[in-house]
Amino acid sequence: MENNLNTTFEEQSKAYTTLNLGPTHPATHGIFQNILTMDGEIIVDSEQTVGYIHRAFEKIAEHRPFYQVTPLTDRLNYCSSPINNMGWHMTMEKLLGVTVPKRVDYMRVIVMELARIADHLVCNSVIGVDTGALTGFTYVFQWREKIYDIYEEICGARLTTNIGRIGGMERDFSKEVILKIEDFLAGFPKVFDEFCSLLERNRIFMDRTIGTGPITAEKALNYGFTGPNLRATGVDYDVRVMNPYSSYGDFDFTIPVGINGDTYDRFMVRQEEIRESLKIIRQALNNLPEGKYFAEVPSFYLPPKEEVYHNMEALIWHFKIVMGEADVPVGEIYHSVEGGNGELGYYLVSDGGRAAYRLHFRRPCFIYYQAFPDMVKGSTLSDAIVAMSSMNVIAGELDA
Amino acid sequence: MSIQIADAPPGIQGQGFFATSLDKAVGLARANSLWPLPFATSCCGIEFMATMASNYDMARFGSERLSFSPRQADLLMVMGTIAKKMGPVVRQVYLQMAEPRWVIAVGACASSGGIFDTYSVLQGIDKVIPVDVYVPGCPPRPEQIIDGITKIQELVKNEPLRRRNSAEYQALMASYGIK
Amino acid sequence: MGSLSNQEIINHIQEAFPNLLVSSQESYGMMTIEVQANQVKNLFQFLYSNPALQFQFLTDLCGIHFPDQSGKELGVVYHLHSLVNNYRIRIKAFVPKSNPQIESVCSIFKSANWQERETFDFYGIEFLGHPNLKRILNVDEMNYFPLRKEYPLEDQHRTDKNDSYFGR
Repeated sequence: MENNLNTTFEEQSKAYTTLNLGPTHPATHGIFQNILTMDGEIIVDSEQTVGYIHRAFEKIAEHRPFYQVTPLTDRLNYCSSPINNMGWHMTMEKLLGVTVPKRVDYMRVIVMELARIADHLVCNSVIGVDTGALTGFTYVFQWREKIYDIYEEICGARLTTNIGRIGGMERDFSKEVILKIEDFLAGFPKVFDEFCSLLERNRIFMDRTIGTGPITAEKALNYGFTGPNLRATGVDYDVRVMNPYSSYGDFDFTIPVGINGDTYDRFMVRQEEIRESLKIIRQALNNLPEGKYFAEVPSFYLPPKEEVYHNMEALIWHFKIVMGEADVPVGEIYHSVEGGNGELGYYLVSDGGRAAYRLHFRRPCFIYYQAFPDMVKGSTLSDAIVAMSSMNVIAGELDA
Repeated sequence: MSIQIADAPPGIQGQGFFATSLDKAVGLARANSLWPLPFATSCCGIEFMATMASNYDMARFGSERLSFSPRQADLLMVMGTIAKKMGPVVRQVYLQMAEPRWVIAVGACASSGGIFDTYSVLQGIDKVIPVDVYVPGCPPRPEQIIDGITKIQELVKNEPLRRRNSAEYQALMASYGIK
Repeated sequence: MGSLSNQEIINHIQEAFPNLLVSSQESYGMMTIEVQANQVKNLFQFLYSNPALQFQFLTDLCGIHFPDQSGKELGVVYHLHSLVNNYRIRIKAFVPKSNPQIESVCSIFKSANWQERETFDFYGIEFLGHPNLKRILNVDEMNYFPLRKEYPLEDQHRTDKNDSYFGR
């Protein structure tokens, strides 16, 4: 175990206690272990063990046809699975050189921003729970069920959605979907304002979160931080603006940034991002272009079932797609999307075969969780708990 | 709207008293006040959070007080994938629970490894601890999780008092290497 | 926000390190260069501190295994990002399987710490100078490197799979 202190004789003769936090602990949202070296109530050092839910996604992806990787991506950051799905589909479309119609882009944006709202709602309400404020959690989860309702109407599943296909979406937005999204946009802001009024200017919450777990912008960049955790330190790096994908350039939204990089800033950045996401969904819904909801990618996009029953060519394509016999160009590609936690990247090396030769997920949680000891050195245990929950570490993305 | 009243266990009723057998009374009390230990590891854990929240509300069934300490829990709810690295931890948590204890495996990964047939995932938690109810799904809907809880409640209601000392149960524990 | 072109990057690198580049190409819009493994750390230091380039963000670090390239089977792939210029680059370095050693870049980018441990865990590539090189995601007792191509995905010690259901 590293001990980064300049130890003098006095400090060496102090007795430090070792406290084991995890892997099963009510406050660690996910399973990872922190062995804390403590001087009374102050944390002196921390050693982390991760990998308690390592499911070998990257090895599985080498043995599955490309369309079967989408359910794997669902289970990375499972609080916002649609973003992961869309990122993978965009990676494959980039590899195949396919341009999807504008309507698909706007539909994807709506789904991704809903997922971002869902992810941030979990994180923020759980920061509240960790400081003892359970009411916000119950309000927020009732409206999160409405987001699940919308997903169910679009694709049939609540959590691990598998939305979309390589080449577009599997079906168009029906009238019910549009109605449900309109209902959500009409009713949610008021409830969100109520949630904000519970916590944002709450004296106890502010005292607990301001100044806890701070990190400077230089350190954060060096540690590879991305997403709300980085934006809370003041760096306005957002993949949607830096490398726009899926027509994000068409939308008018701002990137909220914080000042100190402490827990309160991370909380507030996520709150503001929820408001920005609502704006984006509103714009996308108002300007949803007409057109097809898929691109012509016959070797990946299933033909309509009626044609499969009557048309020989469609039958052959259907067979080839399901059996995974696809013609993929040889090459390597890196594509990233702005996930709920930051830059979620897909590095795909294809050798022309039926499965990926190498697929690596650039998982934001795995990269920024390394900085946790640095952030909590010198703080008390209760501050460390709040700092950890504000980082939004999702175990599925940590271990993959 | 008609109101449904749950059936009382078989017994003798009279003016101001109700007599039934001890195990039925104890079973009734235990079933409606289970204290679960949510061992949430991955996606099923988020569905569990949705089950505990206001829309599906598992607290209606008596599980109001979640216990994160195994010493104070009746029901171990394992939700999510258990990797081989995590197996000893699950076992240690189970061993710390006091009898009578029940285990529910929520989700495909906890029941049988799910879609992760890999070198690093334990193919079902019944490889390390005995399981009472399996809830399939990936992830199961909150209604399914509640269905699993009601099945546990049926098991608890009808459990004979001396079951934990019976030879069959001792043999089951021995097959897992648990004393 | 400056802007760089692919040729400028190559020129800068070749000026500073004349014999370093093994190959370079553009792959789906991203400049990809392959360099000698023993110069990776110096190259990164140069890319980090050069005022025109400023590659100060390590996006990704992962391993890869090509069993057929003898002498260069295991590789490390780095993705760097220059936020100031909005320019990304991919750098690859290969090492032989018989001696898979490469210098660690932890001293330049702290985010390389766990990513190098993950690459060691999956492929067995040893990073010299890493403060704590041990397995991170797999169990500590594991005695092989699972993502190498010769190892299977499934656990071979399972006794409960009925092969007749799987057509085996």
